[in-house]
Amino acid sequence: MTTMAERTHTTSGAPEPASGTRTLSFSKAINEGLRAAMRHDDKVMLMGEDIGPLGGVFRVTDGLQAEFGEQRVVDTPLAESGIVGTAIGLAMRGYRPVCEIQFDGFVFPAFNQITTQLSKIHNRTRGAVQMPVVIRIPYGGGIGGVEHHGESPEALFAHTAGLRVVSPSTPQEAYTMIQEAIASPDPVLFFEPKSRYWGKGAVDLEAPVGTDTLNTAHVVRQGTDVTLVAYGPSVATAIKTADALAEEGRSAEVLDLRAISPIDTAAVVASVRKTGRCVVIHEAPVFFGAGAEIAARVTEECFYALEAPVLRVGGFHTPYPVAKHEHEYLPSVDRVLDAVDRAFAH
Amino acid sequence: MPAPAKSTAATSTRRRTSRTSEAQRAKLENYYRQMLLVRRFEERAQRAYLQAYIGGYCHLNLGEEAAIVGLLDALDPHDYLFTNYREHGYAIAKGIEPERVMAELYGRTDGVSKGWGGSMHMFDVEHRLLGGYGIVGGQLPIATGTALALQYQDRSEVVMCTMGDGTTAIGAFHESLNLAALWKLPIVYVIINNGLGMGTDVAHASAEPELYKRAAAYRMPSARVDGADPEATASAALQAVEAARGGTPYLLEVMTERLRGHSVVDPAKYRSTDETTRLKGADPVVLFAARLLERGVLDQAALDVIDTETAARIDAVAQFAEASPEPDVSTLFDHTYATPVPNDSRRLPGSPLFAPAPFPGRPA
Repeated sequence: MTTMAERTHTTSGAPEPASGTRTLSFSKAINEGLRAAMRHDDKVMLMGEDIGPLGGVFRVTDGLQAEFGEQRVVDTPLAESGIVGTAIGLAMRGYRPVCEIQFDGFVFPAFNQITTQLSKIHNRTRGAVQMPVVIRIPYGGGIGGVEHHGESPEALFAHTAGLRVVSPSTPQEAYTMIQEAIASPDPVLFFEPKSRYWGKGAVDLEAPVGTDTLNTAHVVRQGTDVTLVAYGPSVATAIKTADALAEEGRSAEVLDLRAISPIDTAAVVASVRKTGRCVVIHEAPVFFGAGAEIAARVTEECFYALEAPVLRVGGFHTPYPVAKHEHEYLPSVDRVLDAVDRAFAH
Repeated sequence: MPAPAKSTAATSTRRRTSRTSEAQRAKLENYYRQMLLVRRFEERAQRAYLQAYIGGYCHLNLGEEAAIVGLLDALDPHDYLFTNYREHGYAIAKGIEPERVMAELYGRTDGVSKGWGGSMHMFDVEHRLLGGYGIVGGQLPIATGTALALQYQDRSEVVMCTMGDGTTAIGAFHESLNLAALWKLPIVYVIINNGLGMGTDVAHASAEPELYKRAAAYRMPSARVDGADPEATASAALQAVEAARGGTPYLLEVMTERLRGHSVVDPAKYRSTDETTRLKGADPVVLFAARLLERGVLDQAALDVIDTETAARIDAVAQFAEASPEPDVSTLFDHTYATPVPNDSRRLPGSPLFAPAPFPGRPA
């Protein structure tokens, strides 16, 4: 048995720093973002179950232990409360831990540490101690993942002040957002849409890293007739819906929230005041979900601009279904089109 | 509650000799002064709570004075302490001015956490008190992480993490001890076993009521010590701290008595008359004073002087707290995030203190 400090810090065989624009899968884009953050700041370290030689269940940390050593890429026991709590203690001494939760449903043993400690320590210490901890959670359905492996628990965290809750929708966003999350002095719940892990896209590996993606929504497509508000895996659904609507002669604006909490209400309001209609799409159950908050805010701030009630398309108020029925549970293009039709019927 | 057993490691430094060295005499007097300071502080806190100067919940260290003083004597000033919601005495013994601790209880700006932490959530980076914690067991994984950071940074400091007996049934206890033993972390876990998890006794809560034995599951050394004896506690704690400083985590069980209810408002109806009578003979402050008299370390006149001085100090502490200003209500919104966030509303609805939200205009 060796102590953590005695473990080797392997740097031999490290690949050359990545540069330029490359076509990467979503999971590889996060991998490159983690690599860039770890090269930039030696206080960045990764913790999680099977993230070392295995590279994680989804291979997001593939090769990182070989490059950065066992002390900075730590294979932990199966102990989510211990993983997140230990990360909090490390952050108190200046580290920037990134915890991987293996699947969405596995985060709940750590829920106590996240909501009662991680979210509150900066406030509790009146600003004396920052909590730069990132918790990466593969989430959402579409891969036949069943209960605990296909869920979308983001609203449970968005309800807690002090946490940032974000979800990227493309490889480029994933690459930039993971670095901005790690650089943030606030704790970030980083929800990775696992149905998109294998999708590829162009990634500019020299894209600037600031704070934009944690604070601002992003108009993916301009439109005039209806605003489709989405984040994470549902952005692709929104874009496909907009394509279908275009064939019908309707112009949909697609807004990628990126951050579910704190939320960029101004961007939503600006879009809906323009279009007069709003449909919110997410995989999480609509009951008390992010869409409910958006609907309330849009109603308050766009009341005189609305042509129709704000509508929501998402998961049902049931446990996550078995693999063969998840397509009925998840918000499909057809279900979003139905909602848009209803909005136009008013 | 079982009698303190002979521990595997702890040894008492009790020596019945009248030839106590001057250094030893001064140390024992200092123990007594600190114990009495905690006692009088907590009695004053109880009074202030009943007078509604203090809000929320208020868990007192009455009966824990010897344990606190003994444990903290084993730590260097640079060592780290994590504790739980029964923390006032620990904050004082860690070196935080009692004035600031009382001001925190009063919810005033001069408090340890500027009045926003309260009884359960004091935090002082300078004195290396990394928190009282209001959730049972919340502090354990966090303390473990700080110990990991100290190991990574090749530091000589250790972490001491205290908890109540009820905490040993929580999952985080086992996760933390496993991690600490696996990674050889510089940390001492301390169980303050006062025999009661609120109103449920240890025998009804733990399948292994000799709680220090739980460490065996992690091949971690452990011991049980009499927490009514500050010298024995200090000796056992020093052994634990030295082990931790050498990279061997340690579990120390300190047997104490909770002289009052779980909190000020708990009438402790679950205790029998016999138990209440027994407790009157188990007061560690009274016992230690008697021992100091018996050993000739202090005479009655000296004890009286310490009593008078401590009472005066506590009067000043309470006056300081009462005179400290309350925080401005608008600071409620400070520090939720470390960085600016969108939609950061600082408006209390209906409050004249704040500007009203802009009314959305009807389009022309």
